[in-house]
Amino acid sequence: MIKPDRITTTTCPYCGVGCTLELHVKDDFIYKVTSPFDSPVNHGNLCVKGRFGYDFVYHPKRVTTPLVRRYLLEGKPKPEGREQVYAISTDGKPIPNSQISNLWDWVETDWETALNLTADNLVRIYQRDGSDAMAVYCCAKATNEDNYLLQKMFRALFRTNNVDHCTRLCHAGSVVALQQAIGSSAMSNTAGQVILNDVFIVTGSNTSENHPIIALQMKEAVQKRGAKMIVVGPRRIELVDFAEMWLPLKPGTNVPVFSAMAHVIVKENLVNWDFINSRTEGFNEYIESLEKFTPGYAEEISGVPAEDIRKAARMYATARNAAIYWGMGISQLSHGTASALALIHLAFLTGHVGRDGTGLNPLRGQNNVQGASDMGAMPFHYPGYMRVDNPENRAKWEKAWNIEPGGLSLKLGLTTTEILSHAHEGGVRALYIMGENPMMSEPNLNETRRHMRQLEFIVAQDIFINESGAFADVFLPAVPFAEKDGTFSNTDRRVQRVRAAHPPRGESRPDWKIICDLALRIESRLGVATSHWTYSNPEEILREMAGVNSDYAGITYERIEKVGLIYPVPTLDHPGTPTLFTDSFPRGKGKFHQLDYVPVMEEVDDEYPFILTTGRVLEHWHGGTMTRNSALNEAYPEARVEIHPADADIHGIQQDDPVHVKSRRGEIVLRASVTEKTSVGVVFIPFHFAEAAANLLTNDALDPQALIPEFKACAVQVFPAREDELAHPEVEVRRGRYYSS
Amino acid sequence: MITLTIDGKEITIEDGKTLLDAARENGIDVPTICFHEATTANAICRICVVEVEGQRVLQPACIVKAGAGMKVQTRSEKVIRARRTILEMLASTMDLSEADDIQAMMYDYGASSSRFPDAERRESEVKDDNPMYVRDYSKCLLCWRCVQVCADDAQYTYAINFEGRGYETQIGTFFDKPIPETTCVLCGQCVGVCPTGALKPKREFLLEQGMSPQEISVLNTGRKNRSKVKSQRS
Repeated sequence: MIKPDRITTTTCPYCGVGCTLELHVKDDFIYKVTSPFDSPVNHGNLCVKGRFGYDFVYHPKRVTTPLVRRYLLEGKPKPEGREQVYAISTDGKPIPNSQISNLWDWVETDWETALNLTADNLVRIYQRDGSDAMAVYCCAKATNEDNYLLQKMFRALFRTNNVDHCTRLCHAGSVVALQQAIGSSAMSNTAGQVILNDVFIVTGSNTSENHPIIALQMKEAVQKRGAKMIVVGPRRIELVDFAEMWLPLKPGTNVPVFSAMAHVIVKENLVNWDFINSRTEGFNEYIESLEKFTPGYAEEISGVPAEDIRKAARMYATARNAAIYWGMGISQLSHGTASALALIHLAFLTGHVGRDGTGLNPLRGQNNVQGASDMGAMPFHYPGYMRVDNPENRAKWEKAWNIEPGGLSLKLGLTTTEILSHAHEGGVRALYIMGENPMMSEPNLNETRRHMRQLEFIVAQDIFINESGAFADVFLPAVPFAEKDGTFSNTDRRVQRVRAAHPPRGESRPDWKIICDLALRIESRLGVATSHWTYSNPEEILREMAGVNSDYAGITYERIEKVGLIYPVPTLDHPGTPTLFTDSFPRGKGKFHQLDYVPVMEEVDDEYPFILTTGRVLEHWHGGTMTRNSALNEAYPEARVEIHPADADIHGIQQDDPVHVKSRRGEIVLRASVTEKTSVGVVFIPFHFAEAAANLLTNDALDPQALIPEFKACAVQVFPAREDELAHPEVEVRRGRYYSS
Repeated sequence: MITLTIDGKEITIEDGKTLLDAARENGIDVPTICFHEATTANAICRICVVEVEGQRVLQPACIVKAGAGMKVQTRSEKVIRARRTILEMLASTMDLSEADDIQAMMYDYGASSSRFPDAERRESEVKDDNPMYVRDYSKCLLCWRCVQVCADDAQYTYAINFEGRGYETQIGTFFDKPIPETTCVLCGQCVGVCPTGALKPKREFLLEQGMSPQEISVLNTGRKNRSKVKSQRS
């Protein structure tokens, strides 16, 4: 029996639930994870990723020495092209058998050299091309402190708002809709309040796989507390087994289905007039636009029987406490903003918001996507959602960062997807990527690849050379969650501590230290007054941010030592705010918006007869940088496309057969899972697998307001492939829960 | 609120609480093994038995509700003897080497692991059939917690249950399938509530088997999807 040297309490680095982890450490090696049964969010329960998925920390492929390309180290001009390279030269000699120009070899170096080369090149490009040439991807996996500093570096030193992160690819549609209708974009209630619901809608979310601990609470609400769950979505997910109703809509038809529910609520006079009169505006114009959304019309478009839409509408409207929980199936559409507005309207009509056990709850994906957004890792906002085009906000941050008045940019920055599409001469030239993997997570990856190759200088700050880091010029080895201190803000707006379990491996360093070291070098090259980059610990960083962002003003590490606080926490004695909007909305009255049905950008036709929808599986995380370098990969080692038995029959596809899936933008080969989990005419592929990357197929059409891509629907064809066309024919998922033999 | 007497001490407590709640909330120690704050109490192990005046047999404190006027003895001779015997029977049939709490109880109650020298020990091979945890049912005392958290006490997944009868009873999967072929989601809630080390994270197990962290970390590198030296022209 092993006795731990110490047990470190921290917060899980995977999803937005924010489970408490206890890392059991022996000889600086985590050998076990437990969770305290009194933990506020997860009550001792974990999922496979949280309990077993930390071993990537020790994976031999982890990079723990700074790397630069040989051309930089030898002071040669940048060679033509931009090579995606994973191999590392550890002795400075050329990499043997290299198929590429040796000038693109990764060579190990020291921090001094790597940081100086990074500062030299960023400053050179900035002084030559100006602010618009600079851009940064912050990181929803990194801490609040890391993100705050990185956006500060680009805003304060390079005077650009070209700052974004993967929130653009996940909930941007929800964020914009909530900002327009309410004036705030976080979950209105905590996820734990699901047990107080009488009725709740889960839509566009495969909660059991993507927020597993929230799914446990949803099942508990149904099984033990008599709540009724309505699942709306094209896949027969596990939660359907526990649901009162399942509305299997066609991907991209959220607006007609939810607007038809609103239609029923209005026509049958199930509305909460008090709420509408006192808390909302724009109702009259809205119901005019609602007239066309009859249940029959919605049935025609979505395939959901009109009677089911009526029944679901009545169930939601007549509940005492009802709430809506949603995921990417709502937001990742070219009309993602409209989809989310259609949900918001349901809450406005019925008054199911502003009380415990109700609410509008977008389930945030990443462990710290809420926090990274709060920290201003977005092109339109400073920390605390303060618009960058507002001179008063600018003045506050100029004061905090010791910048001359009028020095910060008022110009809105580019979004994640725009940054890459502006990667050309005269556009973005330098890109700094902290922990993200656009070469897996962007839509239409062939296009992303083309853009990446056009950048002049790329910095990757990460723990592995992932598909994006493999394009970089400099690789700065950062540390994973288990080797750093700081805070994450979960989907509940709960700010929780992250604590180092052991020192950084090799020469890797915490992100905040890397950023500070680099910022000081940049400042000295620019010859400007310092914006303050010397912190003795991460808490000083948080306190600097909290000095201007009132939501976090009352949060100190001491106060969240045991249990995290739910912001807004405006003062040092404020207990936190689990339920928002009890008296009013941040924008005053909730605003109804007139909606139209807009089909997805690429509809099926004879040539491309299937709708492809993408998502995730329980065992993996997004681009796979962590989980594919973990034992989790043994539990789910290969990409699969789910296809309905009826469709498989027609196309002569059997269980496990290799198939081509092809869209107008790309083609991949992977095995088929023939399953009723997906609907007729719809195929599903998780996007974690580089060797069969779903995002080679997806459509880069954008929502006009949120600029979020349409990951959830594009047209594809599916046809048989040969076994030897698979990237790894020897690998197979043998899991009862996915597949019955 | 109701009032009862435990070990001569008058106790007032909310209606609906168990004898175990009543004792613990008033600083009276009652040992438990199968009981866990996160699972439904099921009175399987019987170590928490107490003597209630007027009851023919000892009562399991974890499930018996406190009643008005009850007179309860938590350390009577009959109780002590029952607990000692339970511990001695456990020690004679299973491997308690990693059950620190139970070993401490044995010391407290003067229980002897050799009281039943002819007992047949429950031995079984370590089941190592998935990437996340191992199952060593030689160490299993059948407390039922793993089955409960796999079912309605947490996960609602129902991958494991009791199999066999009487002495042959064991925790198993349906049709004894390997874990990956069941509905198991590998959440490890079962590992989290196991009191005896019968369920254990794979990496902890490997470390105990003498592998070094270095050896363990190269073990799970998966298939060779990218060799150490590989690059591609893009």
